[in-house]
Amino acid sequence: MRTLRFLLRKEFRQIFRDKAIVAMIFLMPVIQLVIMPMAADYEVRNVNLSVVDNDKSTYSQKLISKVIASGYFKLQGYNSSFKEAFRLIESDKADLILEIPHGFERNLIREDKQKLFVAVNAINGTKANLGGAYLSNIIGNFNADIRMQLVQQPRFSSFPVINVVASNWFNPVLNYKVFIVPGILAILVTMIGGFLAALNIVKEKEVGTIEQINVTPIKKHIFILGKLIPFWILAMIVFTIGLILARLVYGIIPVGSLMVLYAFIAIYLLSVLGFGLLVSTFCDTQQQAMFIMFFFMMLFILLGGLFTSIDSMPDWAKLVTRINPVRYMIEVMRMVILKGSGFQDVMQHFGAVSLMALILNGWAILNYKKTN
Amino acid sequence: MKQFIAFVRKEFFHVLRDRRTLLILFGMPIAQILIFGFALTNEVKDSEILVVDYAKDDASQQTISEIGASRYFNIRNAALTHKEILSTFQQGKIKAVVVFPAGFNRDLLHDNQAHIQIITDATDINTANMITNYLTSIIRDYQTKINENFSIPYQIIPETRMLYNPQLKGAHGFVPGVMALVLMLVSVMMTAISIVKEKETGTMEILLVSPFKPVLVIFAKAFPYLILSLINVTAILFLSVFALQLPVKGSLLLLFAESTLFIITCLALGIFISIKTDSQQIAMLISLMGMLLPTMMFSGFLFPIENMPVPLQVVSNIIPSKWYYIIVKSIMIKGLGIAALWKETLILAGMTLFLLTISLKSFKIRLQ
Repeated sequence: MRTLRFLLRKEFRQIFRDKAIVAMIFLMPVIQLVIMPMAADYEVRNVNLSVVDNDKSTYSQKLISKVIASGYFKLQGYNSSFKEAFRLIESDKADLILEIPHGFERNLIREDKQKLFVAVNAINGTKANLGGAYLSNIIGNFNADIRMQLVQQPRFSSFPVINVVASNWFNPVLNYKVFIVPGILAILVTMIGGFLAALNIVKEKEVGTIEQINVTPIKKHIFILGKLIPFWILAMIVFTIGLILARLVYGIIPVGSLMVLYAFIAIYLLSVLGFGLLVSTFCDTQQQAMFIMFFFMMLFILLGGLFTSIDSMPDWAKLVTRINPVRYMIEVMRMVILKGSGFQDVMQHFGAVSLMALILNGWAILNYKKTN
Repeated sequence: MKQFIAFVRKEFFHVLRDRRTLLILFGMPIAQILIFGFALTNEVKDSEILVVDYAKDDASQQTISEIGASRYFNIRNAALTHKEILSTFQQGKIKAVVVFPAGFNRDLLHDNQAHIQIITDATDINTANMITNYLTSIIRDYQTKINENFSIPYQIIPETRMLYNPQLKGAHGFVPGVMALVLMLVSVMMTAISIVKEKETGTMEILLVSPFKPVLVIFAKAFPYLILSLINVTAILFLSVFALQLPVKGSLLLLFAESTLFIITCLALGIFISIKTDSQQIAMLISLMGMLLPTMMFSGFLFPIENMPVPLQVVSNIIPSKWYYIIVKSIMIKGLGIAALWKETLILAGMTLFLLTISLKSFKIRLQ
């Protein structure tokens, strides 16, 4: 125990000696947490629309003004041909084209049926796809309006209609910040903890100071603990600062219990730090450690369910996400902070990260060889 | 020149000697392109949803089976009360709930008007939006089906064409994005670290007192990474064409030329970081912590840039990978040529020039 205390004192001194690193640990997450959520916005508004109106009739005008009035679309301009409009898509100036064919109004009235063309830039889906869906909806409503005007309405409509009423729970106004802030906080804490831990032992190896520790009678697990605890504390502080920021800047107040949240993050951090230390014991240079961490961090983050849904991944990728600690962290953050889930609900998540923490730290201790 | 080549050769040996780093350097981008190319998609499918059927009549059963038949949803039946629904959401087991009120069929037949309620878990907004859209369109199709016997007057039928990516594969957007991300971080980190390392170990001083021009020392150190990154580009393109079935519609030569330019921009950034920092740890933290998230966020492949507040849109302009992402996407998928991309190209070239100039300036100061 006494050895551990000395070790910890040494580690803390080492960390705090380098002002640049301390600034990095605390400032970088703060800045990123404040700025990044503003950038992460999928909300469907200002979808750039180009209109090709070949009909120039009262109806086509009405439809267009209805589309614009919806507030989702920004009219990039009227184009005289599809080809011209397509050029706007090519240069990313437009996301959608609405093409109203010749004789739109005439055919609609005479033949009861008329097509409309919508072209969507489908390279990176979400915004254009949702935009396309909204456009279809507006066209549907416009259609209903027209019908209302033209048909002698009986008291009830003459054919069955199903009305869909949608409501959004836990985030009724669909605020993107609420959705993204807990996820980004999870990632920032993971990166801080993971990178620092990964660099640490390997740095001592590279500089040679590890030899000195190896010749002392310090036990392996005490040594690893000495490395683990400082980063654990730092990451906890960063997490707390992040929670406070989320509240002050974005007004996000956890619905669920803070106890559950902290209990989870405490264990979660052990697994992330364990992973970092394990990488550290495998590598000879900081460069290697950094690259391996970079590789896994990208995997963890992009397969973590923050940016794309895990449900829609292929089965093998879903399996991979099961050993991805970040996935559990992001889920728990959303569940506890936004939905108010309790311990019962996140028990499995607790189990998963505890197991990972045990395996990774155990492995790191085994893999750290004093004689080399 | 001869000196320079000799020096580059030495640096090459340096890099090639470290097998493990080399393995990471090549293995990593390849693994990432494959994993992300296959795994990431903006689509929503196999979402677990809960059906609450108070009606239990023909119409509700038919609608439910339509929903179940689509590949977007897996149906679970269980909850009936508000409280049960809430707790299923809290357990994180479902993404949405579809509620059929009692007398659904009766309302539909007699009043010609029935209601369905969709409740989504809006903690994940994208998924919530998509699910609502998919469900609505399935229900609308069902409505059209039961209305086949009625002649509906004045129908407007929108026909949607998906340009460039009719199958809506995620890879079309993500591969150029991951390419920009991986190349950027690999080139920046590698150069930054390898130069700082010499400083840290003190060998830099030896190089600087040699008759060899200091600027060339730096260039020679960056050169091997240019070659390695180009090999990476080749491997990534090979994979995206043959494994992910992405097209290369435009000129391959242009794509390589632009990639070379982008890599040089990143190397210049790496050189800049290495000149400004003294320890590997700081250089790495800057290139990783400071760049991983911002490049992800601001390249435009995860979030649309035009949605961001104006100050951030301005900031996104200084992220080189944003421009490279536009270039790759345009050449590969849209098949555009240099005529459409000269602006992006000039911006990257300008950034490179700027970074190199200020690096060299501050480098000289250090020597005095």
